[in-house]
Amino acid sequence: MKPVAQPTPDTREWFALIDEGRLTVPRCLECRAFFLYPRSFCPRCGHRDVELVDAAGTGTLLSFVINHRGPEGFEPPYALAIVELAEGPHLMGALRAPDLEAVAVNTPVRVAFEQRGERRVVCFDVEEAA
Amino acid sequence: MSLRGAVAIVGAAESTDLGRIPDKSALELHADAALNALADCGLTPADVDGVASAGEMPVDVADYLGIVPEYLDGTNVGGSSFMLHVRHAMAAIASGLCETVLVTHGESGRSRVGMVPWMPAPQSLMGQLEVPYGPVGAPSLFPIGVRQYMARYGMTREQLALVPVIQREWAALNPRAKLRDPITVEDVFASPVIADPVHLLHCCLVTDGGGALVLTSAERAKDLHPSPVYVLGAGESSESSVVSGLESLTSSRAIRMGGERAFAQSGIRHDDVDHLMIYDAFAHVPIYGLEDLGFVGRGEAPAFIEDRNTAPGGRLPLNTNGGGLSYTHTGMYGMFAIQESVRQVRGIAPAQVHGVDVSVATGVGGMFMSSGTLVLGSAATV
Ligand SMILES: [Zn+2]
Repeated sequence: MKPVAQPTPDTREWFALIDEGRLTVPRCLECRAFFLYPRSFCPRCGHRDVELVDAAGTGTLLSFVINHRGPEGFEPPYALAIVELAEGPHLMGALRAPDLEAVAVNTPVRVAFEQRGERRVVCFDVEEAA
Repeated sequence: MSLRGAVAIVGAAESTDLGRIPDKSALELHADAALNALADCGLTPADVDGVASAGEMPVDVADYLGIVPEYLDGTNVGGSSFMLHVRHAMAAIASGLCETVLVTHGESGRSRVGMVPWMPAPQSLMGQLEVPYGPVGAPSLFPIGVRQYMARYGMTREQLALVPVIQREWAALNPRAKLRDPITVEDVFASPVIADPVHLLHCCLVTDGGGALVLTSAERAKDLHPSPVYVLGAGESSESSVVSGLESLTSSRAIRMGGERAFAQSGIRHDDVDHLMIYDAFAHVPIYGLEDLGFVGRGEAPAFIEDRNTAPGGRLPLNTNGGGLSYTHTGMYGMFAIQESVRQVRGIAPAQVHGVDVSVATGVGGMFMSSGTLVLGSAATV
């Protein structure tokens, strides 16, 4: 079984929403900055009032590696990526594409989820060229 | 008060053996290196009143060696910890907290004797935000920005492969280097793909070993060693412990900030630097380091390396021991970068560069999570 996150009190709600199929991005109610990873205060101004805002679900593929070896449960080749979400913050996720070798960085991606038991894990699908 | 040159490294040595050492625990490797470094400056554990270490706790190192410390530094920010220990010792000695600081490293990286297993806790940031995606350890996480770097600056795969190729040229000149046979760009491409674009030969070794340093005031240093190596400047910084939290995937803020501080304190200009060590856990790290330290402009490092500026005979000799890619890499390589800088300034390195008065050593920890830079100089620079 592939691993899933074991949330802490400050990340629990964010991961719970992922399990419902909703990716959110924390935002500071004081300075309005979006940030990731989730935490219970703003890393920009230190304010303690933050909210979780539904992400647009789109982003840009910043970079990725294609693993040709993997821990137990992972079938190589598979890719993990860093994406810049439309809201600005970066997030790691599994990268899915019919042909990983053909994927170029800076292409648009869309948020998806992979079911793992009770939990979901963030994925990014490369957007089909129109 | 300027700390420039106030403190010197008088003892510097590595563990008796490097490579595969199944008959010594990690703690024993700290002690072995420590005794070698103390012998280098004619001291014994009884002369030490300050202990700094990472991996093993300074409490354990002090007790194991029979040292009664008045100063302890357990800063552990991964492979760059020892650069930070030197910086902290510089302040401690200059301000009179203690007189003689022993900095130790030892790791049974390959044989895993006496090592706590490394596995991010499931509730750690890495456990929550990276482990679920199946990284193959550091080879997946550390170089993940390389594709973005290639797209932004036009670095080719050949240029990336030249980093291990040129470092192997240095290793060939060093009898203590683990890997000494010449390699070509084609050899790098032919080596197994670990996490594309990373092949095996883009990755550091995994070895057992240790190293230690003895630091004291500049006034006292002259009586302890014929060629003290002065700490002209030092800097440190940190960033996110998960890759998605880094400010940039094509630059290291931690290297940049630590480097700026170290250069500013030293008063040294880049043109004054005779020799450079940049922690090469993976082939891309020296590329980022050359740019983040300001030796070349953004995107210029691959061509700078390709033009053989950092190779034997080049104008900025880099990683002259063979580096983590060919010399040794226990897991926390920073200590070995400092050791080679000290040897080069003393003029005793196996691949000695002619006339090294100023050497810069930069370490990183985690996946660009931390960094420390030291500017070291000979007596002529103080
Ligand atoms: Zn804020």
